[in-house]
Amino acid sequence: MNTADGTPLKIVAFCCRYCSYAAADLAGVLRLRYPAETRIVQIPCTGRLDTLEVLHAFEHGADGVMVAGCLEGDCHFQEGNLNARRRVEHIKQLILQIGLEPERVEMFNLSSAMARQFADAATSMTQRIIDLGPNPLRVADRDQMNQMIEKPAG
Amino acid sequence: MIVAEQKPLEEIKGLINEANKVLVVGCGTCVTVCFAGGDKEAGILATSLRMNTKLEGAPKDVTHLTVQRQCEWEYIDPLRDQIGEVDAVVSLGCGIGVQALAERYPEAIIVPGLNTSFLGLPIEQGVWEERCAACGECILGLTGGICPIARCAKQLLNGPCGGSQNGLCEINPETPCAWQLIYEKLAAQNRLHLLMEIQPARNWSTGRDGGPRKITREDLRLVKKEAE
Repeated sequence: MNTADGTPLKIVAFCCRYCSYAAADLAGVLRLRYPAETRIVQIPCTGRLDTLEVLHAFEHGADGVMVAGCLEGDCHFQEGNLNARRRVEHIKQLILQIGLEPERVEMFNLSSAMARQFADAATSMTQRIIDLGPNPLRVADRDQMNQMIEKPAG
Repeated sequence: MIVAEQKPLEEIKGLINEANKVLVVGCGTCVTVCFAGGDKEAGILATSLRMNTKLEGAPKDVTHLTVQRQCEWEYIDPLRDQIGEVDAVVSLGCGIGVQALAERYPEAIIVPGLNTSFLGLPIEQGVWEERCAACGECILGLTGGICPIARCAKQLLNGPCGGSQNGLCEINPETPCAWQLIYEKLAAQNRLHLLMEIQPARNWSTGRDGGPRKITREDLRLVKKEAE
């Protein structure tokens, strides 16, 4: 899927190995379709989610970031997913200060059996990013590159 | 420990607006423990500045590193080369760290990335409270280990005042009255007789009122070699 201006999308999904990573796996087994632009990164628990890694994802061109943890109350480590939800709220504030839309990062809660819901979450996140447009940092990179091509140094 | 908070990104950006190459220096001691200026926060600030300035069309080259303590020469002396290569340094140390860098590298532009808040402790994860005012004459032995200088809004030596209501201070319904805490602690220890002694007016010159303070320990100073 592309944005309105034809830019291919990159959405990084940080998935807990105990639930949403398994849900994504099950979605594959069940041949459920979800956008191929979703790049899944397995993490041991969403409580392990690192603010800096999310910022690096955006800095290196991700258009959106999904964080998918266990259903509330079902965390393998008791409350990692609850900590992650608060951290995602903090990241929204950070990227707003930076100049990105806070909607580019979102927290989801899924069990390992919720393959359909994982596919739906990936699809809705992708649609949200299509509506928002590509990461402005990538657009800035592209514009800079175009300028260099148009006005070669020397 | 020293407790600090990071300044808003806009304010930090304003302090370095003339610089193209910027170094963010974190500190691995107090401000790491209070999640304000450690290696993680230095990385987040450097990344945020890179992204923000790129979005605004004037990208800055921002890198970061962290030293174990910004408040000791031996830890900041090795930074000479890195500081020499940049236009400005954002210190994520407390006010002491910022001044240590500024003193050691007088030619460099060193700006603070934190507001140094107080001397305190985390009463739970994510919540810090002031505990010490560094007044220079500790009376915790008389007050059950609860400091009325740091924790009483009026710094009373013979409290509580009339603003103590239901164990809370009149300045803020979330602030416990330090003198109520002192009374309860001493009552529980059966040491209320300590409160019968009226504390005389205090000599505040040991604190900030006496101007900048300095401690010299001749027994610890290194012998300076006579010039040959």
